[in-house]
Amino acid sequence: MTSQDLYRTVRLIRRFEERAIDFVRSGEIDGGIHPYIGQEAIAAGVCAALGPSDVITSTHRGHGHVLARGVNPARLFAELMGRESGLNKGRGGSMHAADFSLGILGANAIVGAAGSIATGAAWAARRQGRDTVAATFFGDGAMNEGMLLEAFNLAALWQVPVIFVCENNGYATTMPVESAVAGSVTARAQAFGIPGFTIDGQDPEKVLAATKSAVGRARSGKGPTFLECTTYRFDAHHTFEHRARLTYRTTEEVSAGRSRDPVEIQGARLTAVDRADVDAEVEALLDAAAGIALGSAHPDPAAALAYLYASPEVMR
Amino acid sequence: MKLSYLKALNRALGDELAVDPSVFLLGEDIRAAASNVTAGLYERFGSDRVLDTPLSEQAFTNFATGAALAGLRPVIEFQIPSLLFLVFEQIVNQAHKFSLMTGGQCKVPVTYVVPGSGSRTGWAGQHSDHPYSLFAHVGVKTVVPATPSDAYGLLVSAIRDDDPVVVFAPSGALGVRDDVDFSTLAPVPLGVGRIARAGTDVTVVALGHLVHDALAAADELSSLGISIEVFDPRTVYPLDVDGLAESVAKTRRLVVIDDSNRTSGFAAEVLAVAAERFDLDAPPRRVTRPDGAVLPFALALDRAVQPGRDQLVTAIHAVLEER
Ligand SMILES: Cc1ncc(C[n+]2csc(CCOP(=O)(O)OP(=O)(O)O)c2C)c(N)n1
Ligand SMILES: [Mg+2]
Repeated sequence: MTSQDLYRTVRLIRRFEERAIDFVRSGEIDGGIHPYIGQEAIAAGVCAALGPSDVITSTHRGHGHVLARGVNPARLFAELMGRESGLNKGRGGSMHAADFSLGILGANAIVGAAGSIATGAAWAARRQGRDTVAATFFGDGAMNEGMLLEAFNLAALWQVPVIFVCENNGYATTMPVESAVAGSVTARAQAFGIPGFTIDGQDPEKVLAATKSAVGRARSGKGPTFLECTTYRFDAHHTFEHRARLTYRTTEEVSAGRSRDPVEIQGARLTAVDRADVDAEVEALLDAAAGIALGSAHPDPAAALAYLYASPEVMR
Repeated sequence: MKLSYLKALNRALGDELAVDPSVFLLGEDIRAAASNVTAGLYERFGSDRVLDTPLSEQAFTNFATGAALAGLRPVIEFQIPSLLFLVFEQIVNQAHKFSLMTGGQCKVPVTYVVPGSGSRTGWAGQHSDHPYSLFAHVGVKTVVPATPSDAYGLLVSAIRDDDPVVVFAPSGALGVRDDVDFSTLAPVPLGVGRIARAGTDVTVVALGHLVHDALAAADELSSLGISIEVFDPRTVYPLDVDGLAESVAKTRRLVVIDDSNRTSGFAAEVLAVAAERFDLDAPPRRVTRPDGAVLPFALALDRAVQPGRDQLVTAIHAVLEER
């Protein structure tokens, strides 16, 4: 994984999200999105450390995770637009993007839910003799969900090869982490005997390095690792906020947060020429992807409940 | 040979563990087999197949979903029926929704077994629930076997099914024993009811332990010349509407006995189906727990809140009298 590759990933996520916000505004995407802008280094660094047989779970703010894992951007755009060619055939939308062929066991819209699913998947893969490591993303808000704390316990007890990636962006919607998390985030993981580290979540290289050692621990049977990646959400909690004008962050705070931009931090490691090349490449990719998505078919309402059951049932 | 309901569940688990290496069990105190359902299985299959969990229902229920996504077939035993309220999120909002939300990319073949559902007499408000109607309402496949053979057959089918399935084993049925030729034990398909007793005057729909009450009531009424057909749907969801229709076409009278609360319960659904589809000679009746029931501790109070045989007999007389 070169500096250029990491840059390509953060740039791709950034530009994907900016275009997705435009599609929300233009009405192509219903329901809005939770933009990942500002947090790109975490997805890029974590996924760069994973191998092809590894798995991830993602969150409501999940476009970055699945893009970094390698999904086809056209199929992600199509999913956000509710099209049949979407990753989930338009049945999941922004908060549920999944691609099992890439080990993406789904983005989960219930805060704190996916950690225990990832733990089970990693345990089961190991039991079947596979070398799989799971990385599970969640926010600082999830640190107060009992279900996730229970998962820490199971993972530590059973030495499950899972990496808990906490994206601490300082807020759960409008709730500051200082008002929500007693004690420290990493101390919670450490209390279960899980090595917990705080890393700079704005720098893809640092995230990559920390994740590499976590993957190494997991693969060598040493069990889970907890990575608290400190970061800042540059944009809205959700695009509804573009209209809602919430006042939980000061403009000074937001501009200070934005001053450490992962795209700039990684971009500065490239020559101007290389950077321009990557930018052009990403734009061309996203132009094509958006075009494909916009041109793809809407699902047939008669099939609204297709896939509800593995074995088709008679439904009344 | 005599087979008890409890032993039938145990046998189904043992057989499935033996034939399918992807099956594993998890739950609280299942190695020591506190509920007896998993007796001998840890000794036979070892720690990888029989997993004792900490008291972390929410995490281990999702853990099972993750294991299913990774290719295994987990079976969870829940110690108390009311624990299902803790994991409604994990079953309904996670396991059940994965297939549709991912556009059919995955399957979640998890089985949730609740041995000792409903009143256990003497266990009071937080141990006596029977929430099968809730799972039917949200569309999770749900079975409530009445007999040892069905307990065996439905549990096997639940484990082999590629979707989440909840198996309620009513505490009132756990002690039932049947003369069974073990070589005839076989999977029972989900969604197919059975006629537990053939009759011509009234169809009584009953599930689980209440099938045995219905059969006893039918015996009692036969001495009065009343012929009761007992229809046991076995699966709450999906409901065998065709099987029920066939029975009601014959009797044209319908009573449902159901260990759910009245509003939006299983009996309410059967009556709604009857209103939409059946041609009846008398308005149908239902015998249920009262609305919003919490089972009180004292034995007489516990009994007073559960649907009983006397109420069933009264309801049967009522549909026979009305026209
Ligand atoms: C269990 C649960 N509670 C509440 C919500 C509503 N909700 C969605 S995102 C969110 C904030 C999550 O904060 P955090 O985990 O820090 O992630 P972030 O949004 O900052 O990425 C809330 C409250 C939810 N989806 N799930
Ligand atoms: Mg947050």
